[in-house]
Amino acid sequence: MSALLLEARNIAKHFGGVKALRDVSLTIREGEIYGLIGPNGAGKTTFFNVLTGLYTPDGGDLVFAGQKLVASAPHKAAQRGIARTFQNIRLFGNMTAMENIMVGRHVRTSAGVIGAVLHDRRTCAEEAAIRRRAEELLHYVDIADRADDLARNLSYGDQRRLEIARALATDPKLLALDEPAAGMNGTETAELRVLIEGIRADGITVLLIEHDVKLVMGLCDRVAVLDYGAKICEDVPAVVQHDPRVIEAYLGGAVA
Amino acid sequence: MMRFEALRHDKRAAIAATVLIGILLAVAPFLIGSAAGSTWLRIVDFALLYIMLALGLNIVVGFAGLLDMGYIAFYAVGAYMYALLASPQFGLHLPMWAILPAGAAVAGIFGVLLGAPTLRLRGDYLAIVTLGFGEIIRIFLNNLNAPVNITNGPQGISGIDPIRIGGVSLSKPIDLFGFTLPSLHAYYYLFLALALAIVFVTIRLENSRIGRAWVAIREDEIAAKACGINTRNIKLLAFAMGASFGGVAGGLFAGFQAFVSPESFSLMESVMVLCMVVLGGMGNIPGVILGGILLTILPELFRHGAGPVQQAVFGKILLDPEALRMLLFGLALIVVMLYRPAGLWPSTRRRREFKGGAA
Repeated sequence: MSALLLEARNIAKHFGGVKALRDVSLTIREGEIYGLIGPNGAGKTTFFNVLTGLYTPDGGDLVFAGQKLVASAPHKAAQRGIARTFQNIRLFGNMTAMENIMVGRHVRTSAGVIGAVLHDRRTCAEEAAIRRRAEELLHYVDIADRADDLARNLSYGDQRRLEIARALATDPKLLALDEPAAGMNGTETAELRVLIEGIRADGITVLLIEHDVKLVMGLCDRVAVLDYGAKICEDVPAVVQHDPRVIEAYLGGAVA
Repeated sequence: MMRFEALRHDKRAAIAATVLIGILLAVAPFLIGSAAGSTWLRIVDFALLYIMLALGLNIVVGFAGLLDMGYIAFYAVGAYMYALLASPQFGLHLPMWAILPAGAAVAGIFGVLLGAPTLRLRGDYLAIVTLGFGEIIRIFLNNLNAPVNITNGPQGISGIDPIRIGGVSLSKPIDLFGFTLPSLHAYYYLFLALALAIVFVTIRLENSRIGRAWVAIREDEIAAKACGINTRNIKLLAFAMGASFGGVAGGLFAGFQAFVSPESFSLMESVMVLCMVVLGGMGNIPGVILGGILLTILPELFRHGAGPVQQAVFGKILLDPEALRMLLFGLALIVVMLYRPAGLWPSTRRRREFKGGAA
């Protein structure tokens, strides 16, 4: 069994009286594709936001790659190696696809004002490396022909792929995808699945929130189910699928 | 516009254009001086100062998308730095080379002081706070004459040292090997050099990791954070950079005018610089420069032209030129915003943004 990448211990988060997360504990191993599912409002995205530092948890802690994750600032989470996409795509709409990915390199580069103004050798080399990496990633997600188009003019599926490429540009250890297949048609979903499997094959752990049950069950190594902010089940897809609590959460209580 | 973009691809044409523009800029003061007189040359000198201001504000508003309505405060800080360090006020007479960097640095610090408490604000809310900040600085300058007289209050500081380069004062005609360079011409070249330096710095910043981070924050702050951008530092950097350009321009202004008073730094001035940025084309360096030139020159044209034209047409002055000037200025703003909402010379990015649809 491979090493633990992320361990969440009793994560709690409430908004006023609403307990969005109650003592959620889960572990993600290196190199796996981990699914996080649950009905609408179950707290999946809240968990994402806690994980990536957008929210400060009200209780519990996160251990990432052996070190405690002080999830106080999103940019620190990115620095530590957690990259994410958003449920409602958040690209830099008026920047080109290429530029979007180049922004993703920000956290792994260091040129400051002086370097930018003087164009010293180090800055030039870094800039060239950023460009090279961005081009690679454009090819990787298969949108190289749209490199110079504004992100907002890309098709929906391409925007999703661009967002993944931008997240990959931060050299993550853990890639967290928030409903990447939402609104995609069958072909696009199938392509997405190939892409995610490729990302895992490159050694990046994937955390996936998804409503497309077929995709989750086919793709994920393990799945956790949230309901009303609490984890009700965590196991391999085949087991989760038949867990009565999961069925109840999704379909409501037994009638008979 | 198409022809301009074609130039970029043709290297020889680009060099030729650069040389041509260079020659034009070099002989401009002589052409203007002899054709229109020293009043107009003075206005051109001011236009260069305003270009520096507009470029500074463009970093904050155009690149980082932070609406700053109190930008003139940094101009004031730079101007008063120069005025206090090179005038009889305290008996200090430091050289320009010491004051301008210090002015830029202090203005930069004020930029951070303004930026720090407003980090969470955007749009209209930020505009109101920055507007207040601009007024606070002006009111401070107006009242810092008691109990200890620092700024001389509303009377302002006069008798400021002219700018000297290598011991040669720019306020008197300069004798260059038997050729006399008038003062306004000398200031023109100094301002031009610094304006070009600021253009250079801005272009380099725009096409850098930092510039991309600014635009990313403008586009989507949360996504920028998720990409690992420390939005706090990058925003403060935008405020500091923009403010320091304002500080340099302010120092030059003080040396040029030999007099500063709080009156020069009113809200109207902030609005003017913002108009230059918006009208010219937010985020686009050539557009902002164009905005700076137009909004300095056009109001002066009205000021000087409205009277005589009315006299010639109607035989008497029907409308006060000053009132007419503001009326036409307001009208011009409305027309531009209606027909060219992205500015007169928008960046390719913004042009597409306003057109929407396919690129």
